[in-house]
Amino acid sequence: MADEKLTQIYIMGKAYDVPVGVTIMDAMEYAGYRFIRGAGCRSGFCGACGTVYRKAGEYRLEFVLACQEMVEEGMHLTQLPFTPAPRSDYVLNELDPRENVLLQHYPEIARCVSCNTCTKACPQEIEVMDYIQAALRGDVAKVAELSFDCIACGLCAMRCPADIKHYHVGQMGRRLHSIANSPMPDHLTERIAQLEGGTFDNEMNALAGASLDDLKTKYAERVIEKAVTEEVTT
Amino acid sequence: MARTKTVSRENLRERVEELSGERVFACYQCGMCSSGCPYAEQMDRLPSQVIRDLQLDDETLLDSNAMWVCASCLACEVRCPKGVDLAKLMEALRQIHLRKALDRMSLDDLSKEAVRNLPQIALVASLRKKSG
Amino acid sequence: MSELTYFPGCSLKDNAKRFEDTAFFVMERLEMPLRELETWNCCGTVYSLTADDLMHHVASVRNFVRTQETGSEELVTLCAMCYNTLSRVAGRINADEEERTKINAFMDREPDYGGTIRVRHVLQVLRDSVGWERLAEGATRPLFGLKVAAYYGCTLVRPRETGIDDMERPTVMADALEAVGAEPVVFPFEAECCGTYQIVDEPHLALEQSGRILQSAALAGADVVVTACPLCQHNLEQAAESLAADVEEIRDIKVVYFTELLAAALGADEGSMTPVVRELITSRVTAEGGA
Repeated sequence: MADEKLTQIYIMGKAYDVPVGVTIMDAMEYAGYRFIRGAGCRSGFCGACGTVYRKAGEYRLEFVLACQEMVEEGMHLTQLPFTPAPRSDYVLNELDPRENVLLQHYPEIARCVSCNTCTKACPQEIEVMDYIQAALRGDVAKVAELSFDCIACGLCAMRCPADIKHYHVGQMGRRLHSIANSPMPDHLTERIAQLEGGTFDNEMNALAGASLDDLKTKYAERVIEKAVTEEVTT
Repeated sequence: MARTKTVSRENLRERVEELSGERVFACYQCGMCSSGCPYAEQMDRLPSQVIRDLQLDDETLLDSNAMWVCASCLACEVRCPKGVDLAKLMEALRQIHLRKALDRMSLDDLSKEAVRNLPQIALVASLRKKSG
Repeated sequence: MSELTYFPGCSLKDNAKRFEDTAFFVMERLEMPLRELETWNCCGTVYSLTADDLMHHVASVRNFVRTQETGSEELVTLCAMCYNTLSRVAGRINADEEERTKINAFMDREPDYGGTIRVRHVLQVLRDSVGWERLAEGATRPLFGLKVAAYYGCTLVRPRETGIDDMERPTVMADALEAVGAEPVVFPFEAECCGTYQIVDEPHLALEQSGRILQSAALAGADVVVTACPLCQHNLEQAAESLAADVEEIRDIKVVYFTELLAAALGADEGSMTPVVRELITSRVTAEGGA
C-alpha cells in the first residue's frame, strides 16, 4: 500500500490523492464517496455514471463514463447522474412509422441548430446530431442505425441549447424501425410460442414456489461457463 | 418558485440599433413600409410607427404585437428609399424578448395532429423566430 | 451530362416528397441530374437577422463544408426557403473573413469552410444553364391551354442581393411553364407573402394572406397556381380547403409544385402524378396550341 503510485484529482472542486491506473468511479470510492446514485452496471452499459471533467490548464470540457475512464493527473470532475428529460407517451403498435412520428412526439427537434454540441458530449462517440437530423426528416432507419450504441446517459440533453432530449428520440426511432423495417427474428417467434404454449410453466412455478434456502443453493451452484462453452462447440 | 423573467426596457433604441446594425434616424417616415406590409392591418402599430417609436425611444413598443405578427417577408426592406432594413429592427425587438427566454411560442400548445400535417420548415422557422 | 450537387432540406424528404421526385425526373430528362449531398443537415431557415448571431449560420456553413468535400463549387436547392437561407449565409460568410474564421474555429471537428460556395435555385439552373429553348424541346406533352399563375412568394425574390428575379415583376417561373406550352397568367399577388411560419401558431394570419393570393389568381383566370416552396404549397392548400366554402372564386383553383407540371410536360407517366395533376392534364390541357 505504501508503494502505491498516487495522483491528484479534484472531485467537485476538492483535491484528493487517488491511485494511478483506476477508473474515475473506483477513484471516487477510494476517496471516500459512496455511490447511492450515479452508479449501476459499472460496465459501460447503463449510462448512470455520466461524468464531466476538465484537465488542469485546459478550458475544454470532456464527457465520459466514470466506470470506463481512467483517472489522470489534474482531472477536475463532477458527475451528472440524472437528466430530467420528459418522455413522450406512446403505444408502439398504434404508430404509423411512415408519418413524421418522431417530430410529432418531439417537436423540439425542429429547434436543432446543427451546432454539434451533442455529438461532442457523447461518451459513446455516437453521431448524435446526425441522428437528430435524420429524425427531423422522418428517416427512422437512419435514426436506428446511428443511435444504436446509445446508453441514455443524458449528457447530450444537458448540453443542448435547444433542450432536445436526444436519447428519447433515438429510442423511439429504434422501436419504430423495428416494427417498420426489421424482420421478426425466428428465435424470438419460437420463444414466444413456447412461452404461450406453456413449455416453461413447470420450471417457472417450481422456482416461484421454492424456499429461500433452496433459491440460495440454486444460485450458488449455478453453472455459467460450462453452458457457454457447450453452446459454442455444438 | 421560479423567478419571473422580464425584458429590460432601458435604452431601447440603442440596444435595437446594436442588435440590428441599423440607424433608425435614417427613416424619414415616408410610409412605404406600412403600405407594402401584408400584415400591417393585424399590427397594433404600423411598421412606420414602430420605427418612429424607436426614434422616440418609446419602451411601450416592447409590448406591441407588431414584431410577432411580422413574417420577415422583406417587402419593407426592398422598398425603403433610405435603405433602412426594418426586418432587422423587428428581429432585434423579438430577440430582446427571446434572449431572456421569454418565448412567444410554446410547443405544448401544438397538437400532434397539427405537427403531422406541417412541412418541417414551418416548425423550424416559427421556432427560430418565436422561441429562444 | 453534368451533375448538380443538390441540397434537399428536411421537408423535401417527407412532406414535400413529390416536389423532389418530379424535380429529379425533370432534371434527369434535361441531362443535369441532381445528386444529393451524402451528409447534410437542416439549413436552419429562416435566416437570422441580428448582427451578432453566428450560431444560427453554422447549420448552413456545415452544408457548405459538405459541398466542398464533393469538389463542387455550387449547391443547388429546390425549396425556396432553403435557397433563401443558404444563399444569404453564403453572401455574408463568404464576404466576411473574420466571421468565417470564428465559425471555422467553432466547428473544430470539420474541415475549414473556404468561403467560395455559390448557391443556386433549380429555376436559375433552368433559365441560365438549360435555357428555355432546350426545355421547350423536351416537352413531349405540351401544356397547351393550361392557365398557370406562377406564385413566387417572398424567399425566391427577396432580398435583392439573393433574389433570382426582379421582385416587383418576376417572370422566371412563368417563363419555364410557358416554355412547355402553358399560358402564364399575371396577377398582383405573385410575390406577396403566403403567411409562412405564422401557419403554426397564428394560422389566421397565413390563411387570410393565402386566401387573398388564391382569389387574385382565380380572378385573373388561372386554372392552377404553381409554387416553389413546401410552405407556400401547404399554406395555399390549407387556404383553398378552409375558405372554399366562403369564397366562390377559389373553389376550383388547384395548387401544385412547378416541377409537377414540368414533369407532366416532359413526359412523366400518368401513374406517377397526383390526382390533381392528372385531372389538370386530362381536362384542362388542349390538344393544339392555345390561343
